Order: sequence, then C-alpha cells, then structure tokens
Amino acid sequence: MDAHAHAHHPGAKTYVAVLGGLLFLTIVTVLAAGVNWGSPAINVVIALFIATIKASLVALFFMHLLYDRGVNALILLTGLLFLGVFLSFCLIDVGARNRITPSYLKVQTPAPAPASTAVPAAAPAAAPAKPAH
Amino acid sequence: MSSHSHAHGGAAVQEEHGHSPFLQHHFTEMSQQLDASKIGMWLFLVTEILLFGGLFVGFGIMQSRFPEAFYEAHHHLDRSLGALNTVVLLVSSFTMVMAVHSAQTSQKKKLIVYLILTLLCAGIFLGVKYFEYSHKIHDGLLPGKFYSHKADSVAPTALEAGQATARGQMIFFSFYFMMTGLHGIHILGGMAVIGWVLVRAIRGDFSAGYYTPVDLVGLYWHLVDLIWIYLFPLLYLIS
Repeated sequence: MDAHAHAHHPGAKTYVAVLGGLLFLTIVTVLAAGVNWGSPAINVVIALFIATIKASLVALFFMHLLYDRGVNALILLTGLLFLGVFLSFCLIDVGARNRITPSYLKVQTPAPAPASTAVPAAAPAAAPAKPAH
Repeated sequence: MSSHSHAHGGAAVQEEHGHSPFLQHHFTEMSQQLDASKIGMWLFLVTEILLFGGLFVGFGIMQSRFPEAFYEAHHHLDRSLGALNTVVLLVSSFTMVMAVHSAQTSQKKKLIVYLILTLLCAGIFLGVKYFEYSHKIHDGLLPGKFYSHKADSVAPTALEAGQATARGQMIFFSFYFMMTGLHGIHILGGMAVIGWVLVRAIRGDFSAGYYTPVDLVGLYWHLVDLIWIYLFPLLYLIS
C-alpha cells in the first residue's frame, strides 16, 4: 500500500489528458440534458452521475488523491459519507410528508376540512404517508 | 513507516543546504510538514463540502416539491453562459495544477505564468457571472421578498394568491442566488489567496523543496471547481 502512496506526481501530459476528459464530459452533460430519458428524476440521476465522474477526475488527478497518502482520501470519503446520510434521510423524510412550505408562506396553506378540525393534534402520527409530489 | 520513502525532494534540499528556512521547528522534515498541512487542508475542504451540502440538500427537497416551477424557472438561465463558465473553471483548474507542477519542479517563470492564467480565468468567470446577475436583477428574478418578476403571470400578487409556480420560481431563484453567490464569494477568496501565492512566487519562495502554499491553494481552487461541476447541471440543465 505504501509502495505507491508517495509515488511521483504526474506530469503535464496526464493533466492535459484529464482536462480533455473533463471538457468532453461537459459536452456530454449538455447533450444528455437535451434528451428525455424517461422521467425528470432519471435525467437528474444521469446529470449527477456524469458530474460525479468529472469530480472524481478532478479529485484523483488534479487534487493528487491517487498519488497522496490514503488519509486524505479517507477524510474526503468520510465527509461524503455524512453528506450522503444527510441527503438520504432528508429525502426519506420528504417522501413521508404531504407538503413542505417555507414558514413565511404558510398563511396560504388551505385550511383543513371542517370535519377534521378536532383531529389535528393526533393527526401527524395518524396521517397516512402519501408520497409528496 | 519508512520515512525515507516519503521524501518529496525536500530531503534532498536539506542535505545540500542544511535546514530549509521554511521548516517549522515542530516538524522534523519538510515532507512531514507538507503531509500535515495537507491533512489540515483536507479537513477544511470537508467542512466546505458540508457547508455547500446543506444548500444542495435544500435544493433537492424544493425541486422534488416544485418540479414544474423549477423547470420553468431554469429557462431564465442562459445555458451557454453556464457552459462557458464551466469550461473557464475547468481550464483554470488545469492551469492551477500546472502551477503546482511548476513549483514542484522549481520552474519559477512557469509557476508565475500559470498563476496569472488562473487569476485571469477567475476574472472571466466573475465577469460572466456579473453579466448574468445584472440580467436577473433587471428582470426581478430575485430571492424571497425581492422577487418581482412581472412576466409569466408570476408577479408578487400571484405569490400572495399562493400559486405553486410562483412560489416555486421564487424559491428556485433564492437557491440560485445563495448557491452561486456563496460560490462566487469562494472564487473571490480564491483569487485573493492565488494573488498572495503569486507575490510569494515572484519573491522566489517556492521550489521543489518548499511549495506547500501553492499546493494547498491549488486544493482549495479545485474544490471551488468541484462545486461548480455540480451546480452547473443542477441549476442550468433541468429537464
């Protein structure tokens, strides 16, 4: 593991090749966004996938993670792990709610039907989790 | 751990000239100092990722809430200007890594040229951003209560009427300005530290034996580029 941990940094040729790859992937992103892949969610996933390839190229070569000691990559991956926890738990939460409205616009929320006015205190727990759209 | 294999060239310089003037007393050798500095820089970069991460998560939540409005709103962004800025930032990342490479190989002139090119790219990026921002401000496509866009029947009155599209568009532009604004502030900060490294490079501080500031500023600059790599498709290329 330590054998290549401190190998020499790459030269100009590698950097030119990486830049070429990044510019090519930028074109791919723009073109892919013009195609309807089935649903907006799939398009976002494709765009994020290409962005992640680009980000990996930058991190591995320009930021030297491929050539550095592993601890730097470990720090980055730990950060990304917690970002992933943050994102996925938030999306799970959003998927289990009916609507999210910024607090300063809450006034416009339509009043609940008169019949159910007695329930609200118990409602949040009892309300069926409809997927929000 | 075989400390000899960790030598970056700093050890060689030490053997020739004794202590490097840049070696701080609590480190035993230059490569150890560089490694420690890099770990510190990566920890800082992770806090930056989490800072932007909060905005990205918020953006994702609101996009799932107002998909149509976000789609409509992104038509107000100029896709080609966004792509141009992406290319400019990628090229600036390349010139920055070439600056680091020049410092590692003790090529002072190249180091200075590449740092100036990086600054130039940063300037172009901010110039394009200024052009985009003034267009948005003119159209009233602003965050929160400043939103006053008249077209598309998405005026403040529509906001008060609780129209989902109006709210969604306003929220989109809140995120647009907060995310690109915070990113722009990072570009300005990056230009300041690149300028500082440039002054030190002209003074002749850097060589194969000591290039830590160039390396760390490079890492920061690449992170700013990384964030834009995600901002561009998410904001400009909604489909």
